[in-house]
Amino acid sequence: MYVAVKGGEKAIDNAHAWLAEERRGDTSVAELSVAQIREQLSLAVNRVMTEGSLFDPDLAALAIKQSRGDLIEAVFLIRAYRTTLPRFGATLPVDTGGMACDRRISATFKDAPGGQVLGPTFDYTHRLLDFKLAAEGEVVPVETGAPRCGPTPHITEFLQGEDIIQREPESDAVPGDLTREPMEFPSNRALRLQSLTRGDEGFILGMAYSTQRGYARNHAFVGELRIGKVPVEMEIPELGFAIEIGELELTECETVNQFQGSKTEPPQFTRGYGLVFGQSERKSIAMALVDRALRWKELGEDNLGAAAQDEEFVLSHSDNIQATGFLEHIKLPHYVDFQSELELVRKLRREAEERLKGEFTAQEAAE
Amino acid sequence: MADDMKNTGNARKEWLSLMASAPEAAMMSLWNAVADRPSFEWLRAPEVGGAMVRGRMGGSGAPFNLGEMTVTRCSLVLTDGTVGHGYVQGRSKPKVEAAALIDALMQTDAAEHVQSQVLDPLAVQIRTTKQNRAAKAAATKVEFFTMVRGED
Repeated sequence: MYVAVKGGEKAIDNAHAWLAEERRGDTSVAELSVAQIREQLSLAVNRVMTEGSLFDPDLAALAIKQSRGDLIEAVFLIRAYRTTLPRFGATLPVDTGGMACDRRISATFKDAPGGQVLGPTFDYTHRLLDFKLAAEGEVVPVETGAPRCGPTPHITEFLQGEDIIQREPESDAVPGDLTREPMEFPSNRALRLQSLTRGDEGFILGMAYSTQRGYARNHAFVGELRIGKVPVEMEIPELGFAIEIGELELTECETVNQFQGSKTEPPQFTRGYGLVFGQSERKSIAMALVDRALRWKELGEDNLGAAAQDEEFVLSHSDNIQATGFLEHIKLPHYVDFQSELELVRKLRREAEERLKGEFTAQEAAE
Repeated sequence: MADDMKNTGNARKEWLSLMASAPEAAMMSLWNAVADRPSFEWLRAPEVGGAMVRGRMGGSGAPFNLGEMTVTRCSLVLTDGTVGHGYVQGRSKPKVEAAALIDALMQTDAAEHVQSQVLDPLAVQIRTTKQNRAAKAAATKVEFFTMVRGED
């Protein structure tokens, strides 16, 4: 039997109106503008752009405002908007070697050309609450030095000179796109990287941490971490040449992993790679560790049965929109489903009771 | 009419690239100060869309899809037949219209005027912003010093 259920429209409208009022909060407190969120909560904006898979700081800030700061809800809004956009094309691969770096550090080479540039980092802060921020603090002018405007070469290039690190195969092959074709397993590294970069930061962090704690241990060093702006070029058919269509802030992490060699590869350093929108170094490091763990097959390593080596496990569970959609749908009305479950359990209970009663009577009779 | 020398190659790429990521407020205030606006017809009205941004594995290997960015584009034709194209980052229709008009004017006799009144000052502003950031980064560069330990 199918029972159509209607009703609730009025309750839903009223709930949404109340949501809007609660979103605004106490009206004696000034309202947040989208520009304030974009400028002052920029790391939240970066996370929403990365996991929403759309670089647009104004839209991400709007989504954060609309979602009352629920970042997964904000990612959901961005993903939904993204699907409405016609796609003009794919860009040329960004040249991160040409990045104008705000920050660039290496845990492996102290004297890397270009130097260790800390940038605006939380590192080395004491993690003590700063009550000056609760008052209206003035911004202290920032020190400046002699700007270095030349390109900053990747640190792995120096290891490549010695041929002691695995080379990335040069290729211009068109990568698969999981927004156009559903994921299939086994996958490939291009699709894994696309999936990891838009994956949930918490999930990717947990997976990466599991490799450090010994599940598919691969001992990563941060060869280089850089944050800064890169221009993006795209071929424009009506012009017949490529132009810059914008500039993106990106965080890139390259890990260098100790590698004993395997049946197919000589002892050398191997690499993991993380690249994300905005300033988001935790995510980029985590992405690089998981990328490296998932490369076990191509490097001829053993499958240790660790979760971080299992691409189907990692990639099928890293997307927080898929995950939250399936998780949260169970709170929506399942009256008919549940009615049939209820009937079934009642029937089983009745049968069990009758069976028990039957056994009891038989026992009594025997006595 | 369009100057064929300017119509091809690096010069056009340079001005289109400059406008694509230029801060909207800065570009529009320079553009709004230019008195002569040519009349035009749309070939393609401003349209907001996305471009799939690609990266390379390990920074130098095979490409992969990183995620999309918003882009707005349009094309127009001046009454003398000059065609201008605009591609700008983000979702601003006024900005892309200005970019396409500037692209068209840069192929006409007005090129010098637009170059000196809009593009040159815009390039200076952008360069200054970049240099200021690079100067702040430079101040956070670690200067290592070695402490001598032990007896000798």
